[in-house]
Formats: sequence, structure tokens, C-alpha cells
Amino acid sequence: MPVSWRFLSRFSRPLVGVALVLGLSACTSDLPQTTLYPKGTSASLVHDLLQPIFWTAVAVFVIVEGLLVYSVARFRSRRDPKAIPFQLHGNTPLEIAWTIAPAIVLGIIFFLTVSTINAVGDLPKSANAINVRVIGHQWWWEFQYPDLKLVTASDMHIPAGQTVAYTLESVDVIHSFWVPQLGGKTDLIPGHINKGSFSADQPGEFFGQCAEFCGQQHAQMRFHVIADTAADFQAWVKNQQSLPPALAGKAKDGADLFAKIGCAGCHTIAGTNAIGLVGPNLTHFGSRNTIAAGVLANTPDNLRAWLRDPEKVKPGNDMSAFMTTTVKGWGASAGQNIDLLVEYLTSLK
Amino acid sequence: MTTYVGSLHVTERRRYSLMDWVMTVDHKKIGILYIVTAFAFFLIGGIEAMLMRTQLAVSNNTFLNGELYNQIFTMHGTTMVFLAIMPLNVGFGNYIVPLMIGARDMAFPRLNAFSYWLFLFGGLFMYTSFVAGGAPNAGWFSYAPLTEAQFSPTHGMDYWVLGLQLIGIASLAGSVNFIVTILNMRAPGMNFNRLPLFVWMTLVTSFLLIFAFPSVTVAITLLFFDRQLGTNFYLAKMGGDPLLWQHLFWFFGHPEVYIMILPAMGIISEVLPTFARKPIFGYTFVAYSGVAIGFLGFTVWAHHMFAVGMPPIVNIAFSLSSMLIGVPTGVKIFNWIGTLWGGNLNLKTAMWFAIGFIAMFIIGGISGIFLAAPPVDFQITDTYFVVAHLHYVLFGGTILGLFAGFYYWIPKMTGRMLSEKLGMIHFWLVMTGFNLTFLPMHLLGFEGMPRRIYTYHDGMGWDIWNFIETIGVFTIALGVLVFLWNLWISLRAGEHAGNDPWDGATLEWKIPSPPASYNFAVIPVVHSRRPFWDEKYGGHDVTIPWHAEPSAGADGGEHHGRHFHMPSPSLYPAILAFGLLIVMFGLLYMKDLPALDPLPMNPLGIIAGVLVMAYAIAGWQGEVSAGK
Repeated sequence: MPVSWRFLSRFSRPLVGVALVLGLSACTSDLPQTTLYPKGTSASLVHDLLQPIFWTAVAVFVIVEGLLVYSVARFRSRRDPKAIPFQLHGNTPLEIAWTIAPAIVLGIIFFLTVSTINAVGDLPKSANAINVRVIGHQWWWEFQYPDLKLVTASDMHIPAGQTVAYTLESVDVIHSFWVPQLGGKTDLIPGHINKGSFSADQPGEFFGQCAEFCGQQHAQMRFHVIADTAADFQAWVKNQQSLPPALAGKAKDGADLFAKIGCAGCHTIAGTNAIGLVGPNLTHFGSRNTIAAGVLANTPDNLRAWLRDPEKVKPGNDMSAFMTTTVKGWGASAGQNIDLLVEYLTSLK
Repeated sequence: MTTYVGSLHVTERRRYSLMDWVMTVDHKKIGILYIVTAFAFFLIGGIEAMLMRTQLAVSNNTFLNGELYNQIFTMHGTTMVFLAIMPLNVGFGNYIVPLMIGARDMAFPRLNAFSYWLFLFGGLFMYTSFVAGGAPNAGWFSYAPLTEAQFSPTHGMDYWVLGLQLIGIASLAGSVNFIVTILNMRAPGMNFNRLPLFVWMTLVTSFLLIFAFPSVTVAITLLFFDRQLGTNFYLAKMGGDPLLWQHLFWFFGHPEVYIMILPAMGIISEVLPTFARKPIFGYTFVAYSGVAIGFLGFTVWAHHMFAVGMPPIVNIAFSLSSMLIGVPTGVKIFNWIGTLWGGNLNLKTAMWFAIGFIAMFIIGGISGIFLAAPPVDFQITDTYFVVAHLHYVLFGGTILGLFAGFYYWIPKMTGRMLSEKLGMIHFWLVMTGFNLTFLPMHLLGFEGMPRRIYTYHDGMGWDIWNFIETIGVFTIALGVLVFLWNLWISLRAGEHAGNDPWDGATLEWKIPSPPASYNFAVIPVVHSRRPFWDEKYGGHDVTIPWHAEPSAGADGGEHHGRHFHMPSPSLYPAILAFGLLIVMFGLLYMKDLPALDPLPMNPLGIIAGVLVMAYAIAGWQGEVSAGK
């Protein structure tokens, strides 16, 4: 992008915000998923392109709607509705002019668009980029860090200021990976491996959501990107690579129950016999912010509600039938058993 | 053989029985059937919209669950596209095109009836799914592999696929009929340079449909094979490719947008000159820009797919073609404003709706440019910005244009004027409600609200706009109710329209309202673009009157004289369509899902349907042979 647009964008950004938000709350913390306050390189480039397009659009809107409103006001029938005005059939030079005029405007926008596409393509391919393999499931997000040998779900930790190179794959239907404040969306398509990259300017938490309709719970396929400082990221990585601590008391009973009822058929917990790959890896479940892909905050109460009746929290999810049967089989001891599971899972920090 | 005696000065005013409607092959009655049926589907689609907006009025709402919401938004899109807008365009085309070109009927009257019955049955067939185990739930775009049996195990998708096949056959047959009618049945002197613009746009639309629809026919046929016969066209694990669906679907889907809006552009290109009391500004530009849009419409499909991970050069190419199509579209807008400029604007309701079309379509056109730029598209595609954009084109454009058509032509169709007072209430309610509903969606898109979500958390900053939008949709509904009330009272006690209530320029205003079954006692001879206007006001290129008395026989020629041949009513088109409907049910229930094993199959339903079809074809052929 030409530097001048950058410059223009800097002072016009608040204007766009005001114009679009019509003076209502524009504070970025109120709009966690906004594209208008980019917090990363890729999103900023898009935003820089949006500026000239937006202002051109405003100009075209004002001119054309103005002409329309003026013609209606000026030429509305006032006296004799039967009067016959001058029968003008057209004006070829004028018509050629208004064929060429939009073509020129669109030509300029097209030029700027191509410049931005090239600028995004020219983003420095940093050698120390963090590689993340993003895998879409109905309806949750799996994040694998192949170089760091760790797997997590729902919360994607990245180091701020560093390029994140991600690959996108799906195990079932088409999804779309989108973190509006960091960059545009790219689809996850079965049989294809798409690639992309972004970086966060500052530490912070950014909302992401599936953007391609993927079935019943498409609305509840959310995730968060957590940009840490370099030190925090290292600490997070170290923790995630470690095995869960030794257990005692209720948590230990919970772990036994987890193994006994067959949770391991779907979930993996490193250092145990649980190696299932259908559901999210739970090795450090306790360190995550949400349950069920951004639907509930990760608190013991919410976890209890989720385990007791997953169908109620997120209808159609793959765990519903299993938990319904299990809870029914427990009968009166269901509450007690669920408490044990909660104790175990929350201990997996 | 039925020979109608042309009674020139008496309008037929009798009550038609049900069988008259079922057996009719008259393009005007079929047009009315299309319009009434499509408007009923429009109301159903509108109710679905209200249900969706009620669910989204507040965050974390539980009015509808996810499964039901997904079925409803799928059927809203499918209904509005295939069962409301397209058939409304066809309905107006059916009624008006033969009148405008000075013909007595469509080229193939029985095929015309057949198209209507197929469309009706296709729509009813799709809606049967709601009571037969669940409606289709993968969106009107039905992206594979979500539509495959393993992800969508109810029969909903099968209803969608087979219903669309019925509608597709109806649309293709209808398009062939329009093309042959417009090419072959024009009155003497009605050359292409004199063709009314609504006829031009219907012609372009018909060609678009013939080239575009087969693509989706292929797509849904392959999907049906996948679901029912165990093939793997869209299943990546078995070597298929989900993107195949997207290319096939959008190669149809984008021209489809123009199929939906070009006829409405044609309508307002008739309405604006009539109420401005001057000719369209730049007839040639308006006509040929429609043709240009038609051609370019086939080169832009992948702009629906910018985010699927195509190489940048491909995105750039489709970005260029998408921006290019803005040029002929812009030309039309300027020509319409040029038509208003210097006119004596009679601001009747039809005119207001036409002006509303221009005002709203400008916004839809501008927002399209945002989406044509791939980097911006990566942010706002699949968000509410797209919902806003498409509704400014298809509601702000097409639906307002169709309402203009209603106010303009209902006096011709019924002989009664609609109330202008209620019309203005209708117009302003719809305009206010429309903008309340869809304007904030632009902003919601930029604020990151994805499409097709049945719920959203609080704290996203989306609540206030969603609530306003819900108020908006109920305002639109109120406007539509006023329209229905207007129809109800005006068709009973409205002012009599007479032949020419608007001082029109085209041939339909020359004949009684409603026209006789044979339209023109004498086929007119056309000498200008505005034959009736020039007859009334003495245009420069009118040389001889074209309305000679038939009894005089002065003009000679086979079309003239008191006796002429009109096709007889026939039940066979409806029976043939019904047979095809049975075939579709047979295909749907030939086996139970999931379709992992192609056998055993139960072909009884298919055989029964084919027998009914054979009977109908034999009867139809018998009538043709007997010269009826």
C-alpha cells in the first residue's frame, strides 16, 4: 500500500468509526470481534484498503442519490399532470461519459486492491514464525503446534509481535477461520490444506468464530486467540508440554472414573491411557478459558452443567448421547460422580 | 378446435370456475396463477424472516433452537429465490410480454401451463419436508459436504434437491417459451429496436436461465447420486472435492442474481418513462447494458469463493470481472435518472416504488464493490454485510421493482385501480422498515457478526442493532399487510381503470382492462418504440394507424378478421406435471437413508409416476394431432 494511504488512514480511522457507528459506542473493548479496529498487520493492511473504498463509496452515494433526490424534487408534477415535457430520447456523449466515469473510479479501486493483495503476499516470511495447524471439527477448534509438540483446543496462544503461520484443515465439513482484529477469513475445506498468517501487534485476547455455515451449532463454534508477551508465551508452552501433576484425593477418584466410563474413547490426556482423537485433547483443560468452544466460561459450575446435560448446553454435540446414558446409569450417584469428574478436569491446569 | 368469436367491444367479465384455472392455457390466466402463487410463497418466506428476526432480536435467545433456525433460514432463501422472486418475474412476463409485443398468447400455451404446475408442485414438494421429517437445513447454497447423507441424514436435503429439479424444469421450459415468443410472435413492425425494455430484459433473463440453470442441475444430480447411490463426487476422503459443488453452484448462482433483478429493471424501465411522461433516456444503452450484464454475469462466479484459498491471481481476475460488471449497472442508474430529468413526474405509487428501487439499488451496488475487493471481502464475506448487500439488491431492487409492477399493471389485469392512499402508506412503511432492517446490517458485518448464526453472546456490541432490525422487519410486514388490504378492497370496489389509466406508451394500454382472452382482435402493426403514445400524441415516426377495424378487412392477412384460432383448455399439462411430482416422491422414498448401500431399491413410486406421465403425454399429443 502507498504510504500516503497509511497516513490518511491514521487520521480518518476515527472518522470512519464515527461514520459507521453513528456516534454510538465505538470503544474497541465493546466490540471484541470488530474489523474496524485492527490489532494485527494483516488486518491493518485490509483496513488501509477499506479507507479509500469507503470514502469513494460515500462520494458516489452522495452524488448519485443527490442527483436522484434532486430530479424527483425538481421535476415533480406541480401544475398540470397531463402536460407533456420535452421528449428527450437520450444524449450519446453524456451516456458515454457516464459509462467511462464509473469505469475510471472502479479502475482506481481495482489498482488499490491489487496493491493490497501484493502487499499481503509480500509480508515478511519470518524464519522464526510460529507454526500452528488449525483443524476444524463440528463444532470446535483444534490447535496443534507441530514444532512445539503440543495440542490444545478453543484457546490459541500466540506470542505478540511474532508472525503466526497457520495451516487450515477440516475433518468433516467446511469451516472458516476468522479472527477479525487480526486478519481476514480463510476456509477449512476437506481435502484441501489452506495456509495463512497473521500477527498481533500487542498482547491481548482476540475473539474468533467460524464464518462458514457448518451445521446445527455453527453459531457456537467460537475460539479465542490469546497473544502473550514472549515470556508468558514461553511459560505457557512449557506448561502445555508438561504432563499433568500427580493426583490425590477426589481428583484421583475422578481420574479413575474418567478411565472407567470410557471418556478415553474420544479424548486424549497426555500421560494417561486416554488417547482418543474424536473430541478435544484435555491434557491441560483446566488452563482454558471456555468450555464447548466458547459457549461457557470454564468454571466448575459450568463444567458440572455441561457434563450433566451437554445436549442442553450445545444441542447436537457428539457427547450428548454418551453422557445422557452414563448419567442415567449412575442414577442417584450422578451428582457425586460428576463432582469427581469436575474435580479431575479442573485439576488439569 | 375452438373458435372464439372476437367480440371487440365487450370485455369478458365472468367468474371463472376452478377447472377454468386448472385447465387454462391462456398466458394471462397463467400469469395470474404465477403471481398469486409466488406472492403466497413470498408471504411464507416473509413469515420465516420474522421468525428468524424474532430469534435474533436479543442475545442468547431461545425462541428457536439451532436446528429449526437452520431449516428456516434455508427455506427463507430457497423460497424467496426460487418460489417468490423468480416466479413473480415469470408471472409478470407471462401476462405482459405477449401484450407488449402484440401477440395473442405465448408460443407454447400448453408448455406454459406445464411450467406453472411444475413450479407449484415443486414448491409444495419442498414444503412437504417440514412435516416429513425435517426441512432442508444447509442453506440455499447447500455447500457440500454438509449436505451429504452422513452430515444431513434426514430426507430434508432430498426434498430440496428433487424440488429444485422440478422448479428447474419449469424454469427452463418457461425460458424456452419466452425466447420463442419474443423472437417469433412479435407483431409486424415490432423489431428489436422497438421492443419494450421489459421485453428486452425478459429475453436476456431467459437466455441467462438456459445457460445457467443446467450447472446447478448437474450439481444437485451429483449430490443426489452421492446421497442415494453412494457415489463420492463431493467427499474428499473418497477422492471427491467439495469445491466442485461451489463452482457448479455459483456458475449458476451468480447469473441467478441477474435472472432475479433484470426483469425488475425492465419493469421500472417501463414505469419511469410512463410517469415522467417522456421516453426512456438512452433506450439503446439501457437495452444493451442489460445484455452486457448478462454476459459479464457468467464471468464473476468465483467472487463468492474468495475465501476458499484460491491463488491470488485467480482472486484478482474475478475481482476485475466483478468490478467490470459495475459499469453497465451504473449506466442503467444514470439512464434512469436521465429519464426523470426534465420530466413531468406524476408521483403515483408505482412511480414511488420505481424511484425507491433506484435509491436502494444504488446502495446495493456500492456495497457490492466492497465485496469485489478480495482483501476487504476476506473480512466481510459471510457476515451480515453480505446479508445487507444482497437484500439491498434483491429486496431494495427486485421486490420494490415488483411492487412498482403491481401498482402499474394490476389495473390492466383486473380493471380496477389500487388505492393511491393505501399505496403510499404501503410504500413508506416498506421503505422505512426495509432500511431499519438492513442498513444496520452493514455495520454488524464490519463489527464481526457472522451470517447464519442462530444465537450470539451478549457483550459483542451487536444487541442494539439486532433489536432495531427486528423492529424493521415487522414494519415491512405491516406494509405488506396494507398492500393486501389495498388489494382486498380495491379489487372489489376500486375505481374502474379503463383501457389506459396511466396514459401509457406500450400496446397493452390500447386494449381493454382486463384484456379479452385473445388480447388483440386485430394484430397491431407497430411503427415506433412507443406505438400507443405516438398514436395518441402523433410521434414523428407514426405513419399509419394500426388499429383498423377487423370487420373492414382492409389489412388482409391471416391474422385479421373476426375468427381466429385460440388453443383449447387442457388438463394434460397439469397431469404431466403431477406425474413428474409422483416420480420425485418415488425417487425420494425409493430407499431409506443413510444411503451407504445402493440396494435394495423400491421403484414402485417411480413407475407409477412414469405411467401417469405417459398417459398425459399421449393425451397431450392427441390434442395436438386433433389440431386443438
